[in-house]
Amino acid sequence: MSNSAEPVKSTPWSDPTARPYVQIERVTKSFGDFKAVDEVSLKIYQGEIFCLLGASGCGKTTLLRMLGGFETPSSGRILIDGEDMTGVPPYERPVNMMFQSYALFPHMTVEQNVAFGLKQDRVPRTEIAERVATMLGLVKLGGFGKRKPHQLSGGQKQRVALARSLVKRPKLLLLDEPLGALDKKLREHTQFELIGLQDKLGVTFLVVTHDQEEAMTLASRIGVMDHGEIVQAGTPLEIYEFPSSKFVADFVGTVNIFEGKLIEDEPEHVRIGSDELGGTIFISHGISAAPEAIVWAAIRPEKIFMSTAPPPGTDNVVRGAVQDIAYLGDLSIYLVKLPTGKVVRVTQPNTSRHAEAITWEQQVYLSWDSSSPVVVTR
Amino acid sequence: MIRPGYLRKVGVSGRGLVVALPYLWLLLFFVVPFVIVLKISFSDVDLAIPPYKPLIEWIGKNSLAIKVNFNNYAFLFTDPLYIHAFLNSIKVAFISTLLCLIIGYPMAYGIARSTASTRNVLLLLVVLPFWTSLLLRVYAWIGLLKANGVINNVLISLGVIHEPLTMLYTPFAMYVGIVYSYLPFLILPLYANLEKMDWQLLEAAEDLGCRPWQAFYKITLPLSRNGILAGSMLVFIPAVGEFVIPALLGGPNALMIGRVLWDEFFSNRAWPVASAVAILLLILLVPFMMWYQSVQARESAGAR
Repeated sequence: MSNSAEPVKSTPWSDPTARPYVQIERVTKSFGDFKAVDEVSLKIYQGEIFCLLGASGCGKTTLLRMLGGFETPSSGRILIDGEDMTGVPPYERPVNMMFQSYALFPHMTVEQNVAFGLKQDRVPRTEIAERVATMLGLVKLGGFGKRKPHQLSGGQKQRVALARSLVKRPKLLLLDEPLGALDKKLREHTQFELIGLQDKLGVTFLVVTHDQEEAMTLASRIGVMDHGEIVQAGTPLEIYEFPSSKFVADFVGTVNIFEGKLIEDEPEHVRIGSDELGGTIFISHGISAAPEAIVWAAIRPEKIFMSTAPPPGTDNVVRGAVQDIAYLGDLSIYLVKLPTGKVVRVTQPNTSRHAEAITWEQQVYLSWDSSSPVVVTR
Repeated sequence: MIRPGYLRKVGVSGRGLVVALPYLWLLLFFVVPFVIVLKISFSDVDLAIPPYKPLIEWIGKNSLAIKVNFNNYAFLFTDPLYIHAFLNSIKVAFISTLLCLIIGYPMAYGIARSTASTRNVLLLLVVLPFWTSLLLRVYAWIGLLKANGVINNVLISLGVIHEPLTMLYTPFAMYVGIVYSYLPFLILPLYANLEKMDWQLLEAAEDLGCRPWQAFYKITLPLSRNGILAGSMLVFIPAVGEFVIPALLGGPNALMIGRVLWDEFFSNRAWPVASAVAILLLILLVPFMMWYQSVQARESAGAR
């Protein structure tokens, strides 16, 4: 799991005086009885790459389409650069969209596709040629101008679609699953190119994706969506390390979740008794929850240590038997079955080539730092 | 009984048979009659049964004379009637195609953009007229268009007009008949083409600054070009030689080549001239048919 590829240069979202570029105010979109988007409010700042992350059907694409002007909100409003977009058709918005299917015009060459929006704006011909050439150079499609879309590979089509949506120099670019159709290697490569391009052009990106790895790589901030609502918005680090709910913890990355009860609730530490774990979890910071409330402790697989010898201390240690091992090269995934029947997922980096291997059926100790578990109340 | 394996031994395969059958059909019922018509078009008129002289004749003992007569064709170009009829047929077919396109395009577009369930109903309605015979439907138009027909009666009773309009036996009635009869032939291929269209392209065009009508003009129209051409050819080609509709609805002044052909053949018993007219009509239409074929080939290649 990687965090944001580039250090976040500024955090306008934590500055209350910063003016958001996009303001989504309590936007709801209903299709009949079904609420695709439910009272979503969101502020997106200039220069951000904001990722809407969610499973298919969570409403992320509907929200994106409302920004593009292809759907009208049932209630609420959207402001772009301070201007109310209600009733503004797509062709008059300062926004461009890159479609999931790319939607390249099949009867036009690459150049004509890219030039389309500029021609529509009656940009002088010489300037069009210049800007199209620059743009195609930027997406590394210099020699492909005369080709038709059906003569291009998936990755090349993706670049044409990107060039076409960027050539009009929009302030905000909407990207619907921009890398969905690419294979894994190409996708990784393109992610970094996309970040580089965004940085160079200073465009604000709003990306819709169901791929959490893609969101983590691209985003300055992620908005996790579920059932039409944004359940958490924050930097990739916040989302991963400080998930606000079971859903977010589980959706972004993998996680072990133990249901339990608060048995000690101090300002400096808490202790959770969990039948699922068959023991107690000690956490070195206070949380806000009602006493005796059901809570969940979420521990990431890479934050669990596994050893054959008993670790020092009695807190945050359990025994179990290795049930399954998946060797992935860079790391291995171990599924360890506790006496309670709960299976815990542990990942360990393969730092040595000749490590003494832990094998199937072996009894192991699992332990974790008291700062590792995240306690969520919903 | 044919022994198993016998057919294969003599070089007949199942695939060969399947392909050969339609070709045999075409040979028997198209090529042979066509050759006969071609032959008649080069012979002389005769007051006999059949009413033309044989092309090949035995003269004397051992000599065979082939007498090819080009007069029938020459005649078609000397009498302005035929040229006029040809040109008029093309004009009528062209205008009919244009009218079909103007009416049929929005219909095909509407069907292609409707939901799956409505679409089936609408398509059914388009082909519904084929459930009765063309002749009956054209006769029905007579009932609608005549002086004391349905349309005139309704208009008079509504007080829109006081005297019945003369519609039957006018070019108007003929165009109504042709457009009505051939409209499904334009709608169906056009619908098949539009149905494959990726409507997201229109959103992409709007996103890039097109108003909806500009998106239609720049994206939908060029992408449906093959459908437009295919549908237009399916109307234009048969409309040029159309006989029944002009004869029933068009009145005496509707000078169409199909009508001329009929008159030459049945009224004048001038089989050779009629055959020449038929051959010339075919030659005239061959380029359009070839164009249609190439459009079809392109369309199926593009679909892949």
